[in-house]
Amino acid sequence: MSAPTSITEKITRLWSLIVGLKVTGKYFTKPQVTLHYPRKTLDDENLLTYRGHIELVGLPKKPGTPKCISCGMCQAVCPSNCITLTKRKPPKPTEAEKKAMEEAEARGEKVKKPSAPKDPASFNLDYTLCSLCGCCVENCPVESIRFSNDIYLAGTDPNAFRYDLLQRLKEQAAAKPGAQKAQAASGGETGEGEA
Amino acid sequence: MDVPFELVRIVIAILALAAFVGVNAVILVWVERKAAGFIQRRPGPYEVGPQGLLQTVADAAKLVGKQLFTPAGADPVLFWLAPLLAFLPIFVLLLPMPFGPTATGMEVNLGLLLILAFAGLNVLSLCLAGWGSNNKWSLLGAARAVSQAVAYEIPLLLSVLAIAFMSGGMDLSAIVREQGGWPWQWNLVLQPVAFIIYFVAAIAETNRAPFDLPEAESELTAGFHTEYSGMGFGLFFLAEYAEMIVVCGVAAALFLGGWRGPFGTDGWWWFLAKLYALLLSMIWFRWTYPRIRFDQLLVLNWKWLMPLAMINLLVTAFIMKL
Repeated sequence: MSAPTSITEKITRLWSLIVGLKVTGKYFTKPQVTLHYPRKTLDDENLLTYRGHIELVGLPKKPGTPKCISCGMCQAVCPSNCITLTKRKPPKPTEAEKKAMEEAEARGEKVKKPSAPKDPASFNLDYTLCSLCGCCVENCPVESIRFSNDIYLAGTDPNAFRYDLLQRLKEQAAAKPGAQKAQAASGGETGEGEA
Repeated sequence: MDVPFELVRIVIAILALAAFVGVNAVILVWVERKAAGFIQRRPGPYEVGPQGLLQTVADAAKLVGKQLFTPAGADPVLFWLAPLLAFLPIFVLLLPMPFGPTATGMEVNLGLLLILAFAGLNVLSLCLAGWGSNNKWSLLGAARAVSQAVAYEIPLLLSVLAIAFMSGGMDLSAIVREQGGWPWQWNLVLQPVAFIIYFVAAIAETNRAPFDLPEAESELTAGFHTEYSGMGFGLFFLAEYAEMIVVCGVAAALFLGGWRGPFGTDGWWWFLAKLYALLLSMIWFRWTYPRIRFDQLLVLNWKWLMPLAMINLLVTAFIMKL
């Protein structure tokens, strides 16, 4: 009411009250969007946009193995310290291999020590700590972490929310290989994955 | 010993009104929450009883069962006087209400004046509630309530007076009888400006959105009833919904022909239909408009409603005198 307004402007402002009533009146008659949860649940299509706890993304060819290269970036960047990742140890060389390596070293050759497999030995998530900030998803260099669509989570035991994500990935791969492949294909557009 | 008939009638009327006010509050709160839900595309109360019908009953039971608590530093007398003072005048307000040709608690030839006079007590109760609570939000809410109620009472009175000028009396039943059953025989057609002013002022008087500044949740927690628990709050709540009935009932009687219906179908059903139509539109307004700022509230009153009501009244008086 500070700036002087013309009569026509005042009439349009008054008219806006009627417009508002029309809007709410229309919404009154529209169907509801609320879901009566325990009796009904969302279909998968509507779950796609839900950002639940994180889960691992499998390789396109081997859906049971994560794309993860165990770099530890997610663990380092997580503000809530809810990710625990352990790397695999390099395989122990056999006696013969050891001898061969020592001999090669004595000859002055460059010795290639066996390197550890890239995929993690364990990948645990403590969802009770997670704030769903998504830093791990953003920072994963190989896009091995994504948000799951698990919306219906309920439990009386906090241990129910401490996930072994590797186990989860294996179960997912075993449960529906077709779906997993499709998801991996849509997620693997960056060309990454042939590791 | 002879008991005068009038006394019996008033006692019965007050008992009936008490039942009506209680049942109506339960229903109206349910309707309000349902309407709010539907407007926001939610189901509203749903789980308790069919379509959540018993939700408000459960809420009322909860309110009754709660501990009554007087905050430290509060004035116990004023603090507990306020909710009673808010609730008790409701019966006086509803007594001259013409629910039907015979269903009127008490036909007073100054019924309108009675309602307007006792409606003013509500302001006092809000003021006492805010003052007695010893709480800054309550006090701010009370200050707002008083300045708002005092301001909006003026256009309310002026618009009602226009009708009183036309009918030459303040008897609500007589005003209803003067109107016809068809919509074009209502006072609304002759006094559209007065009706709009009355309704806007009535919403402000009952502290309903968009004029619910005395209890503005976002700023004042709950305004004047911040410190009230249990039925202390419950009485304010009941009083608010009962006052909605009063203002809408007066509007229905003055402007919409009260219990008159077309084809000689006069009766309380018409009054209730008009009453609930007005109540529903009040609920509709609440879930449509955002709360206005306090300066806007007063500007609307002093710069718009007041002069308009005054002009309307003068023109009415002039035409009636012709």
